Amino acid sequence: MANTEISFVRTEMLQEQAPPALNVGLVGWVRGNLFPDVLSGILTVVALYLIYSLLSGLLPWVFGGVWNAGSLSECREIIAAAHGEGAEAACWAVIHERFWQLMYGFYPDHLYWRPNLALVLLFAAIAPVLFEGAPRKMFWITAASPFIIPWLLWGGTVWVPIMAAMGFVIGYFVYKLVAQVSSNLLGLIAGPLALVIWWLFLSSYASSGLASVIPLELEPVASRKFGGFMLAILLGVTGISMSFPIGIVLALGRQSNLVIIKALCVGFIEFIRGVPLITLLFVAQVMLSYFLPAGTDFDIILRVMIMITLFASAYMAEVIRGGLAALPTGQYEGADSLGLDYWQAQRLIIMPQALKISIPGIVSTFIGLFKDTTLVSIISLSDPIGWVKFIQANAEWNGIVWELYGFVAFVFFLFCFGMSRYSMYLERKLKTGH
Amino acid sequence: MTTLTDPPQESFRLSMLLYDSRYRSMTIQVIVMILFMLGAAWLINNVIINFADAGKTFSFGFLGQSADYDISQRLIEYSSVSTHGRAAVVGVLNTLLVAVMGCIAATVIGVFVGILRLSNNWIVSRLAAVYVESLRNVPVLLWIVLTMAIVAEALPTPIMFRGGEATMSLFDTVVVSNRGIFIPRLVPSSYGLLLIPVIIASLFGLRLLGKRANRIQEKTGNRPSTLLASIGIVVVPAVVVFFGLSAISSNNQQVFVTSGVGEIGSVSDLAESEKRISYCHASGSAASLNGLRHLEELGITFKRKNYFNISAAETALATGKCGLMATSQSGSEQVVQRVSSQVKDGVIVSSFAGEFTEGRAMEIEFPVVTQKGIAKFEGGTHLRNSLIALWLALSLYTAAFIAEIVRAGILAVSHGQTEAANALGLRSGKTLRLVVLPQAMRVIFPPLISQYLNLTKNSSLAIAVGYMDVTGTLGGITLNQTGREMETLLLLMAVYLVISLTVSTAMNAYNERTKLKER
Repeated sequence: MANTEISFVRTEMLQEQAPPALNVGLVGWVRGNLFPDVLSGILTVVALYLIYSLLSGLLPWVFGGVWNAGSLSECREIIAAAHGEGAEAACWAVIHERFWQLMYGFYPDHLYWRPNLALVLLFAAIAPVLFEGAPRKMFWITAASPFIIPWLLWGGTVWVPIMAAMGFVIGYFVYKLVAQVSSNLLGLIAGPLALVIWWLFLSSYASSGLASVIPLELEPVASRKFGGFMLAILLGVTGISMSFPIGIVLALGRQSNLVIIKALCVGFIEFIRGVPLITLLFVAQVMLSYFLPAGTDFDIILRVMIMITLFASAYMAEVIRGGLAALPTGQYEGADSLGLDYWQAQRLIIMPQALKISIPGIVSTFIGLFKDTTLVSIISLSDPIGWVKFIQANAEWNGIVWELYGFVAFVFFLFCFGMSRYSMYLERKLKTGH
Repeated sequence: MTTLTDPPQESFRLSMLLYDSRYRSMTIQVIVMILFMLGAAWLINNVIINFADAGKTFSFGFLGQSADYDISQRLIEYSSVSTHGRAAVVGVLNTLLVAVMGCIAATVIGVFVGILRLSNNWIVSRLAAVYVESLRNVPVLLWIVLTMAIVAEALPTPIMFRGGEATMSLFDTVVVSNRGIFIPRLVPSSYGLLLIPVIIASLFGLRLLGKRANRIQEKTGNRPSTLLASIGIVVVPAVVVFFGLSAISSNNQQVFVTSGVGEIGSVSDLAESEKRISYCHASGSAASLNGLRHLEELGITFKRKNYFNISAAETALATGKCGLMATSQSGSEQVVQRVSSQVKDGVIVSSFAGEFTEGRAMEIEFPVVTQKGIAKFEGGTHLRNSLIALWLALSLYTAAFIAEIVRAGILAVSHGQTEAANALGLRSGKTLRLVVLPQAMRVIFPPLISQYLNLTKNSSLAIAVGYMDVTGTLGGITLNQTGREMETLLLLMAVYLVISLTVSTAMNAYNERTKLKER
């Protein structure tokens, strides 16, 4: 007899079984992520306790806060009446009462529309830079806003910004003219020269002349009235937009083969990066006037802007240099073999890649710059932190700490966190790797 | 027949300066140089004219003049009659102090948070992320002033100490109050400083032990256990030397010195003749601490008066502000002489050897709360509010950046390395220590150093909380008092430049040494 001891072989596949109930769904997630082993479980419990104790203190304090009161003592009375004696709650009334000062400083309140309009204009101006979807025609706003925004903020005759903008038009025409008559290179020299001559010597006559014929002007506002977040944003935006091009030039200078230019750039970058910003602000405050011709007295905010810009551009230069160094040499050689000259190669091949690599660094420099604008409170400009001190010095609000600092910190956090999220979005969008 | 013709010898034409790329770079550089020189000359000329107009001169002579202001936080001897130069040095030391303390704390917190952020535990890693994002997206100046406000507002006041609402913390060894934190401090006796070289030698011994273990491991494949030996190497010499030195110190008996109308033979006699002895305690003197302990053991009620150093205590004894002080026997003759030279006629200075408690090589000075009228805190090391606020805020803020650096460094080590280490049978601790960290360190180190430099530069914000660092002394009060903006600011920037350049040079050298060796 054959085949009697043949063992049974299953002919069909077994049904798939459901995974153990403990390893899937919410339970599985909790087991896997919160209690995978003893140590981790202990950490989870500690963390949960920490979160609980933080929130149980914080949430009633924040949401039980008082929004309408004239002073800290009044505030405390209201809290005591509402939550019982000894209860702790926030006194948001200080924010409610001083909100406009924290935002605009001493800027005249009937003119608040001007900084507001400037902010809207700013968003319109940066939209085409930040988002690809924005209409390309908005770049005209980007080009015009450096002239309109200062005019809106400081006021004065409209002819000053128009004449300043005219400088670029004149420079362009001089370049065209010279380039036609003689060579392109001479045009490149003559154009900027004409621009500088126009700005330094002619534009003030032109604008005052035109202003006397057609007096079209906004009520002027002095710089010392600027304050609060308006000042922080003004300093931050100027610093960011100016430091970026200067940083690129410095980075290229540092990478250059021209020994003298390289030495100058290295010296500048290392000097600026070696000293704290506050010393540069001291320089702006007390020392800069010695370096200028006697009698020159220009605005403290302008001086601070220059210093913050110089400071940030040195850091920016280092970040961009990192991007340049990370590019493989093949890219430079490829550009050379295509017969591109230096500037073409930079514009078409090198910079787009180098800047993409350095996006995280660039954005964190921007964030750092925006945070560093608070340092101007030390040279007694009234930025948000300066305002917090003013308010605390007031009899009504003497002794208030958490609410004011908390509010300022929260606003800064929104801006900086937003910037860092945007940089992540940009990185993802520009990612061309695998 | 072929003729070789050289290309026509091109003579130099002026237009080649512009159109020939060989010469153009020279032209550009020369023009830039000329422009730079002109700019610099213009600036310097302006300075000279402005200085002449204001009747000022450029000189650093003010550094030798008396500063006329006090600095409460100081690491070296300084008083208001000291010079501006010395004030600047005090400031530099304070800057370095807070920078070093901050770097250490920031590294510890940062590494901890960075590793937590990589944890598999969802809630812990999120918590670490919240810490990092909230700290680094808010200006450091705000953290500093906020910490200062909290320290000044939230900690117990001296009045609360008097009323018993607040007490000393950590088994009565630390005073936490809104006047600052007082911690115990180590006071070496005359031989106590010898402990330091012993401990350094032990550390060297540890290294040798590790090297020996490595050698044996490479030869035989087995690593000898070094745990017991290393504990022995660190602990045994220190303990032996400590007790040895203590024995010498106790041979070198301490002596009490007192001043009064009559000759007195012992402490007990003094206690009988006077209702209440007031004891001059010199901070930082081991003999004083030993004397203190001895008085307590005798059960004599006495009043402790604290003085900044021994000579201040001697002067107080001579002028009768306090009645008794302790000194080491070897120096007692001189002390008696010095005090005698300061006393009024008719006052006799006498010294008597007490039956002293055994001296120790290292004494510990604990802070105390004295309660007469308003509570006062004496003894120990006083960490002022400004230092604590600056230190805490800077280290917490910088730690957020360091955490990200550590995380990036660890993530930069390819996962294959960990897997290979696992395949070789290394446990997770050893994998981290022998495989991951050495490779991660190469990525972590350069940005870490730059964070240290940032912390040092940010410490200049001390001026916002009144901590007297170099910006507060040289760039603050000295600038305002002397009106020499140019000199003080240049000097201030030079100080920071020297610190930054020194650190970055050292770090470049280190990078060069640890660079991956490639073809």
